[in-house]
Amino acid sequence: MTALDPVLTCTWATPQSWTLSAYEAGGGYSALKKAAKMAPADITQAVKESGLRGRGGAGFPTGMKWNFLAAPDGGPRYLVVNADESEPGTCKDVPLIMASPHLLIEGAIITALAIQCDHAFIYVRGEVVHVYRRLLAAVAEARKAGYLGRNILGTGFDLEITVHAGAGAYICGEESALLDSLEGRRGQPRLKPPFPAVKRLYARPTTVNNVETIASVPGIIDRGAAWFAGMGTEKSKGHVIYSLSGHVERPGQYEGPMGMTLRELLALAGGVRKGHHLKFWTPGGSSTPILTDKHLDVPLDYEGVEGAGSMLGTRALQIFDETTCVVRAVARWTEFYKHESCGKCTPCREGTFWLSQIYERLERGEGTEADIEQLLDTSRSILGRSFCALGDSATMTISSSIAAFREEYLAHVSGHGCPTDPRATALFAVPAKKKGAGA
Amino acid sequence: MTYTDEQTKRLAKDASAIIARYPQARSALLPLLHLVQSEDGFVSPDGMVFCADQLGVSTAEVSAVATFYSQFKRHPTGEYQVGVCTNTLCALMGGDAVWDSLTKHLGVGDDETTPDGKVTLERIECNAACDYAPVVMVNWEFFDNQTPESAKAVVDSLRAGKDVAPTRGAAKVCSFKEVSRVLAGFEDGRAGEGVGAGPASLVGLEAAAGAKPNGGAE
Repeated sequence: MTALDPVLTCTWATPQSWTLSAYEAGGGYSALKKAAKMAPADITQAVKESGLRGRGGAGFPTGMKWNFLAAPDGGPRYLVVNADESEPGTCKDVPLIMASPHLLIEGAIITALAIQCDHAFIYVRGEVVHVYRRLLAAVAEARKAGYLGRNILGTGFDLEITVHAGAGAYICGEESALLDSLEGRRGQPRLKPPFPAVKRLYARPTTVNNVETIASVPGIIDRGAAWFAGMGTEKSKGHVIYSLSGHVERPGQYEGPMGMTLRELLALAGGVRKGHHLKFWTPGGSSTPILTDKHLDVPLDYEGVEGAGSMLGTRALQIFDETTCVVRAVARWTEFYKHESCGKCTPCREGTFWLSQIYERLERGEGTEADIEQLLDTSRSILGRSFCALGDSATMTISSSIAAFREEYLAHVSGHGCPTDPRATALFAVPAKKKGAGA
Repeated sequence: MTYTDEQTKRLAKDASAIIARYPQARSALLPLLHLVQSEDGFVSPDGMVFCADQLGVSTAEVSAVATFYSQFKRHPTGEYQVGVCTNTLCALMGGDAVWDSLTKHLGVGDDETTPDGKVTLERIECNAACDYAPVVMVNWEFFDNQTPESAKAVVDSLRAGKDVAPTRGAAKVCSFKEVSRVLAGFEDGRAGEGVGAGPASLVGLEAAAGAKPNGGAE
């Protein structure tokens, strides 16, 4: 049994954990003091040696990403922290910033030192006002303490951090759409090339990293790359936050080494809801193919989950027990992608609407067997043909749920509607509706 | 209706503080639209003209941006935006039942406001609190682990003009206009209020320690 190992989360229960004094009392900003004496290339090298890979879902090696930045030419270059946490099931960055905003800020300052930029942005989704308050206050505290501003810790290095609130758009979690949004435009993805490392924010070299990635940097500098690389599996190093939600006794944030299994995590979380058993789950949010009870022992690292036919994504482990109708679950996700499609490209804009209409038909009891094939065919027309990953993501739970639970889709056709009671999924008793128990 | 000279002067001062945060002025558009909402309670036609003037872009460009983002409201709304998460996980854990009961209780549907102008109800997408499902957001503050009864009690208190405290957030829910001003980047001094972490955020720490950690998170 793999043990949990809280690193990023370890201060969350400390009184006033979000304040500078509490953070410093726990050893905060000691990594920055160390980094301030290091050559920029050595900081990047340490992150590279640690094996840290992007925690926002894609898993790209962080040190390599920084190394890709075009060489300094005297003009501006930027760090942008992606705090637009919106992937259904993903709920780690919001509690991290709420409890420990200085950890993110310290990581951002060290990263800025490594890539030699003097302006960093933290793009926070706008729908979490208290998280935004905590970050604004923490940046002000850090500036007052001399960790931000001019000549930080006597290094001659200057840095400003602008905390920017979004305004409600899932697509802005996609890095190029995020940058368009940060430039004051509609959040629509951009074509690559040019790549971010060359021309991105204001057409200048830019690195975009997830909150958890940047928050992992101080630990690597403070305790060393070898310490970090000593956790996890061969190609997926370090500590990571697993977010359990849904039909589980104790949902919440569990931090441990990469490569833990759902069986281990469920044991720590008190198991699936009492009296019920696991039906299906997402390893990394609604953009990753669903897995079932056959996959309880899959190591939750990039390679392990990929080997099981899905993706690690953001370790957003949404647990659904046997009361859940998979068609209802996927229908709702499909509606989400329809709502959030930015409209830039045809396959995603039109395709998600068609998919959603087919699901509505199935749920109304008017679906046919041909509709199930149409879902797969339309998914194939979107996958790999969309401008960005949002379109691809919309198809992931559709094709994987039909592969695993085709008979349940067929039951919606033969039974003219959903055979399960939608009230049974709720965590409290729901009274029956007057005319039957429609969804 | 256009902004008075006093309004324009006051808002222009705020706008220049916002614009100063960015290397390029256009980046200030989203916070400026939040600022307009803090003045008018929605993105008003006057507000769009104001943004365009401040940034030297056309009102069409401002409108294109304002219509893209779900937090920007195009018509007057209530003092409190009550959003029920009906994305898959929250919906199944009980969010659908919370939604049904609130629509019936308030007599309004999605993006509709109660006649007293207090509550605008809306369906929202995943708000990054799945471990606290079902979730309701009031003016973008967290109300965790809701039931139809608890959600009805919240909206009843709001409509009665009582202070209501979120489960994780400020000591009380501020008005939509006040919250919009925070989102424009102006601190309201409430960052120190509320908990550092809710119970679900701490379950991993408890499991790792094999016991409950000492003290609260306040």
